[in-house]
Amino acid sequence: MATPSPSERIPVKRLGLYLLLGVYFGIVLTRSEVISWFRIQEMFRFQAFHMYGIIGLAIVVAAISVAVIKRRKVRDLDGEPIVIPPKDMTPLATRYWAGGTIFGLGWALTGACPGPMFALVGNGLLVMTVGIVAAMAGTWTYSALRPRLPH
Amino acid sequence: MPEFLTQPWPWYVAGPAIGIVVPALLLIGGKQFGVSENLRHLCAATFPGDVPFLKYDWKKAGLWNLVFVLGSIVGAFLASSVVSGPVTVDISAATRADLAALGIADFTGLAPTEIFSFSNLVSFKGLVFIVLGGFLVGFGARWAGGCTSGHAISGLADMQAPSLVAVLGFFAGGLIVTHLLYPLLF
Repeated sequence: MATPSPSERIPVKRLGLYLLLGVYFGIVLTRSEVISWFRIQEMFRFQAFHMYGIIGLAIVVAAISVAVIKRRKVRDLDGEPIVIPPKDMTPLATRYWAGGTIFGLGWALTGACPGPMFALVGNGLLVMTVGIVAAMAGTWTYSALRPRLPH
Repeated sequence: MPEFLTQPWPWYVAGPAIGIVVPALLLIGGKQFGVSENLRHLCAATFPGDVPFLKYDWKKAGLWNLVFVLGSIVGAFLASSVVSGPVTVDISAATRADLAALGIADFTGLAPTEIFSFSNLVSFKGLVFIVLGGFLVGFGARWAGGCTSGHAISGLADMQAPSLVAVLGFFAGGLIVTHLLYPLLF
């Protein structure tokens, strides 16, 4: 979830850090095989611990880090306080279960969520560029229908 | 080339390696980990049309995130280029048997070439798995306000109840397709 930075423009040096972190992320996604359609099938068939172990430990490590950052009131590189805006709960949580389920339908078909879609292109599975364009079309369609959809 | 750069990583290495991205983004610039937001930024940058939800300063909101994703493509390219020959993902025998029963014959690569190749794109399977699948990923992620990175990892790590609902939805959808729809699609 991108939130506009309080600083007006991000310096190029800072963008370089995001680029490096992205390179790291692409390497991790590839070596961990989470970008594989076969692994996603294995997960949805409950036939291996691999994906559950990865997602579970990722959450644990992220949760401990976030807790430390909040408790110690750690600031970012700009010296700004780190604020994690809570996601708004809606009365029936419609957007979360309905949107989530639709996302899940797509995830099991493509075998890739958005991060892996891009990493697959880097891996040479160029046909996934079509999947990305289709995902953009889905995003665009949601955006256009947004005022009429329950949230 | 060190072996850890060419061999698949076990889950207990890969999990923490992914989880650490959340605090890294927070520490660099107070940013929230969420890849699907980039699909919206790309729409806003290329074809916002007359849609209010796509009319915002995407450079200010999302240039950092688009740069991050660009990096991940580069990283994936580097990671794949140090491995010679086609990879075969070491999935369980049970999954292999299930998929073989559906008609998957080629288990090399990260995804089955019977479906995920340009030559099979304009076929029933290619259109359903790649085009419809991609569409649903994009539509659902934005409706739910996040994907695996935004809800399952950073949302659950921050113990956000909406993220738990979304993740249950992700799995409901995935299980429906895998167990009810796959037998009809193959």
